[in-house]
Amino acid sequence: MSATFLGMPGNFPENSQKAVQDSQLRYNLRKATHTIRGKRADVVGELPDWAELRAAGKAIKDHTLRNLDRYLVQLERAVQDAGGTVHWARDAAEANRIVTGLVKATGEREVVKVKSMATQEIELNQALAAEGITAYETDLAELIVQLGDDFPSHILVPAIHRNRSEIREIFLEKMPETPAGLTDDPPALAEAARLHLRERFLRSKVAISGANFMVAETGTLVVLESEGNGRMCLTLPETLISVVGIEKLLPTWRDLEVFLQLLPRSSTGERMNPYTSMWTGAVEGQDFHLVLLDNGRTGVLADEVGRQALRCIRCSACLNVCPVYERAGGHAYGSVYPGPIGAILTPQLRGMGSELDASLPYASSLCGACYDVCPVAIDIPEVLVDLRAKAPHAAAEKAGMKVAGWILDDHRRLAAAQRLASKVRGLVPKKRLPGPMSAWTDTRDVPEIPEESFRDWWERNERA
Amino acid sequence: MSAREEILARIAKAVAGTEDVEIPRDYRTQAATGDLVELFAERVDDYRAVVHVLPAAEVPGWIKERLAGRRMIVPDGFDLDGHESWPDLHTADGVVTGCAVGVALTGTIVLDHGPGQGTRAQTLVPDYHLCVVRADQIVSSVPEAVARLDPARPLTWISGPSATSDIELNRVEGVHGPRTLEVIIST
Ligand code: SF4
Repeated sequence: MSATFLGMPGNFPENSQKAVQDSQLRYNLRKATHTIRGKRADVVGELPDWAELRAAGKAIKDHTLRNLDRYLVQLERAVQDAGGTVHWARDAAEANRIVTGLVKATGEREVVKVKSMATQEIELNQALAAEGITAYETDLAELIVQLGDDFPSHILVPAIHRNRSEIREIFLEKMPETPAGLTDDPPALAEAARLHLRERFLRSKVAISGANFMVAETGTLVVLESEGNGRMCLTLPETLISVVGIEKLLPTWRDLEVFLQLLPRSSTGERMNPYTSMWTGAVEGQDFHLVLLDNGRTGVLADEVGRQALRCIRCSACLNVCPVYERAGGHAYGSVYPGPIGAILTPQLRGMGSELDASLPYASSLCGACYDVCPVAIDIPEVLVDLRAKAPHAAAEKAGMKVAGWILDDHRRLAAAQRLASKVRGLVPKKRLPGPMSAWTDTRDVPEIPEESFRDWWERNERA
Repeated sequence: MSAREEILARIAKAVAGTEDVEIPRDYRTQAATGDLVELFAERVDDYRAVVHVLPAAEVPGWIKERLAGRRMIVPDGFDLDGHESWPDLHTADGVVTGCAVGVALTGTIVLDHGPGQGTRAQTLVPDYHLCVVRADQIVSSVPEAVARLDPARPLTWISGPSATSDIELNRVEGVHGPRTLEVIIST
């Protein structure tokens, strides 16, 4: 069973120091994030209308959030009309109760899972285990994390902190059928996972998934993936339970034309991910349950600045460009949502009661690279600054200064941060001009010449 | 109060007084006007799938040759005389299907699992997928594909063979889905 994030002690800088001192981890992270960064830039650059897609994506999400109650009711009806059952969960405990009850009703003791941030957030696997139900992760990276009794450290690639030889070690130790001669060649490792999971897919009667999108108009759920484990889980079992955050909604079928372009290119840096499954209600005789999860989201929605975090489509582009993430690693954020998005989402979802959560808004140098790559134009620096103003000060602030300190004491890193910092976001949340041009100015890629360098900004604010 | 009522009430309260936004749709709906077959073939090939462009009249003969000696699933509605479908999903070598739409810009095939396209399991469990795309099924862009598809049907969008990027973020072909994807573009 994978470890739990909730109640993790410490604060961001303390946690990250472990990562900073682990040169293998830093090497793994740097290699992986730089690879994906380059791929993303290539495929985004291929689309001459990226800025327009980004503007549309942002507006669709804002419009959805503004009318979320109406669209959720529309979705519910559409799913029911197509033979599915819809459940509502105020918080993690309620969602876990609902899912556990549904699994128990089938009489099964094992479920297969498709990678899902929402079920990690509510720690569903632990809740199922407490009731004697074993959940098997089927995504390769999730499998590596689960077998290694480890924490996920990246949204898209939860085992990004592991390199091939570490993965080989984990497989040899935890998958009994793995041949001793297994090499650390990635195709060989993928093959070992294929063999390990095949029987389980064919045998399992219950699957649990999340979803990338839900379409209110049609009741359709959408899952993007690469390996085919998603298709296995969504298709073969008799019962499918999907746990989805209420913000994952899109109003119309047509809206998918925007997000099916934004997400794959931002996420894996591909023109399209290998597999996308769409289904509406109960398909091919399956029993389908949708669990709509609040768990703090309506609280985020009530915050005028912070609510933009709910536009997030979990692409992880902001992690891959973040100089602080690259150095600190995903575990330091103490949540299933690491990196820049985690720094603004976790404190809003969980509150800033713990030292760790209060330190998260400081886990940033405010260089703005995350905003530039975000496909739904979430102004992460703006939200960070706003959260800093709300955080219980003293300790968190001191901790935060240390975070940016590592970046400054390393000249190479500073140069990289400056290159990334194509624009420094203001310290005070900006009011943008209303009117038809605002979307355009919001989402155009920012000028190449920085208005102020990172170092200038830092020095100015250090003195202030 | 039920969870449903409570969540809906929280939302209504959270967004009260917020202005709605217009959705600008200034992006392209059509991505290319040139030779879509060529672009589609090139983009499918980029995923390391195998691509052939054949005149429609030659396609049945070509498929029969390909199927000879293999335990292939030929789904209901797939037009191919004289070839028996392998009856068992789990021992089949492969599956041959048509499709609903091809997307040139992204090299994507979409199945709606209608006649000739098999069930979702039939196109997933066997290790080899041979897919026939008619030239008139190819559209330039994702928006054109979305407009052609029926949301009431289960849909599977396929872009190359099964792959993972989970090991050091390098794409490796072949995990749980078919490891070989072969595409015939019938012109
Ligand atoms: S905040 Fe933006 S860039 Fe980061 S994961 Fe979410 S959508 Fe992607």
